[in-house]
Amino acid sequence: MIRARKVGKRFGDKRVLRGVDLDVARGAFAVVTGPNGSGKTTLLRLCAGLAVPSEGDLEVDAPRAAVGYLAHEPLVYRELTALENLDLYGRLYRVPERRERIGMLLERFGLWDVRHDRVVSYSRGMTQRLALCRVLLHEPELLVLDEPYTALDTAGAELLDAQLVELHGERTVLVSTHDPDRVAQLATQRLALA
Amino acid sequence: MRLVSRLSRVPLPALAVVSLVLMMVALTLVFYVAPNDANQGFSQRIFYFHVSIAFTAYACFAAGAWKALLHLWKRDPRADLESYVAVHQGVIFGTLVLLTGSIWAKISWGHWWLWGEDELVLFLVLFLFYCAYFMLRFSVDPGPQRANFSAVYALFGVVLIPVSFLAIRIAKSFVHPEVFTLHGPNFGGWILVTYCVAQAALLLLAHTLYRVELTGKRLDARLRELRFA
Amino acid sequence: MTYFADVGALARKDLLLELRARDTLPAMLLFVVATFVVFHFSLPAHSSQLAASGLLWVAILFTALLGLGRAFVPEREQRVLDGLVLAPCDRSAIWLAKSIATLAFLGAAELVALPVFALFFHGLSGATIAGVVLADIGICAVGTFLGAMAVATRARDLLLPLLFLPLAIPIVVGGVGASVVGSPGRYLAFLALYDVLFGLLCWATFEYVVTE
Repeated sequence: MIRARKVGKRFGDKRVLRGVDLDVARGAFAVVTGPNGSGKTTLLRLCAGLAVPSEGDLEVDAPRAAVGYLAHEPLVYRELTALENLDLYGRLYRVPERRERIGMLLERFGLWDVRHDRVVSYSRGMTQRLALCRVLLHEPELLVLDEPYTALDTAGAELLDAQLVELHGERTVLVSTHDPDRVAQLATQRLALA
Repeated sequence: MRLVSRLSRVPLPALAVVSLVLMMVALTLVFYVAPNDANQGFSQRIFYFHVSIAFTAYACFAAGAWKALLHLWKRDPRADLESYVAVHQGVIFGTLVLLTGSIWAKISWGHWWLWGEDELVLFLVLFLFYCAYFMLRFSVDPGPQRANFSAVYALFGVVLIPVSFLAIRIAKSFVHPEVFTLHGPNFGGWILVTYCVAQAALLLLAHTLYRVELTGKRLDARLRELRFA
Repeated sequence: MTYFADVGALARKDLLLELRARDTLPAMLLFVVATFVVFHFSLPAHSSQLAASGLLWVAILFTALLGLGRAFVPEREQRVLDGLVLAPCDRSAIWLAKSIATLAFLGAAELVALPVFALFFHGLSGATIAGVVLADIGICAVGTFLGAMAVATRARDLLLPLLFLPLAIPIVVGGVGASVVGSPGRYLAFLALYDVLFGLLCWATFEYVVTE
């Protein structure tokens, strides 16, 4: 599903990635690790389609509608409610039975009771859960998750664990994390960036 | 277009020499050979340069927009720098238009600036626009985003040229009307020849300067690449 | 037709954001009325009525700039724009929706500003109103487009007026012409031409402003 050959990315004079090779097959669960500044976020952004490589070849065999990207930032409007945010994304991604799906996700991630509150009033953990809802909303074939466990409390992390187990094998997942042990059992391949 | 690409293959030193020679010929023609204008006398000669420079500036902006289109459409990796250098040349020549026009206005009518002169006002607007181009370019870190922004703005510029010109024309009915206007010489004989030579000389000069600056910038970029590899 | 559904969804979002924040529209209203008062003191005693008409356009332009500077700020914060760009919709829909929303606010501000102008200075002809409508379209189309670029630069709000004003000169010419000249037809036609040309250009190139 993802094929990268000698992919590199430069921002002006700064080289962030160099000579990265990656092969992620459909249904695989790939884990990317590396210290801060090693380019994990950049690599994920490239795979999600938000950036183009400065050098090398990158092929991602999934249309935009089939990709779900979880960034460092939650990518939700702070002044809108959870419901409004998900409704917007649901419309843009043409999610069938939008209302039901949104309700189901909010409930699963424990946000049903605060669905009418503006995101600005949420805690960091709650915002991260909402971001997860956003990513899963359109049932993407390819999930690109940049440090998804950030800011989640124990309950939230357990919800995410359960969700990842459910996705394992069914969808293609590319995860970057500081804590590889958490997803060790699920990983079918690993990539360590220097 | 094919002339330009063939020109690109001429080695730079040769181009520079030809350019210089042609400029000398043009200068000779303008100051010694072309006949004196009946109404305005000697000062009218600046006209040969003023009009040629103006046309050269338009050509530079058009070239910049063309390269911008190549960047956006064909993803040509060289096009961004070429577009930038072309726009840069355009601004240099544009500034010269404003200067030569101003000098002519002062000599002929005693004013350093004439709002009634359409072309001058147009170049003032374009000057402001392309200065903003540079501000935009320098406010973004080098990379694909900066190239995209510059290219898009260059396209806006080239659409602005005719629209602005039309605007300036129709503004005349309510903006304070001026009696003074630039008018060109009646073309014929030596005047036409002089004009053509001057135009050719300036276009060649612009192309030479373009090549010089492009080479320099490419070298810079290559050096930086090697240093930070 | 899903394109227009996308535009609708995005425009609704923009209107909702502004209604919640409730800051841009009141600011624009206050600004424009304050500007009129400044104009009164800027026009020497025997200035013609026409001078005031001209200044109306200056006021509209700068009030619009005030609002345009804020247009893409919500998307810039938290990089929400990435989320929109990732969606399968056409990227130009983002621009179109934002322009429509900005047009709505500018129009709302003018609904108050124009009567106030008539109160302070002199009445407005039908041609002026038509000119304002056509000019607003151009201002919002080009202004939101440039706003998306400006918000991604280091200079941010410093840059938008610089990018926008040269492009706004034809709009001012068209607008003032329509207000002041006896036969405003060709100025209104010119404004329409501007809207079509630059509208098309914005629509065709917005994709490149938000992607690499």
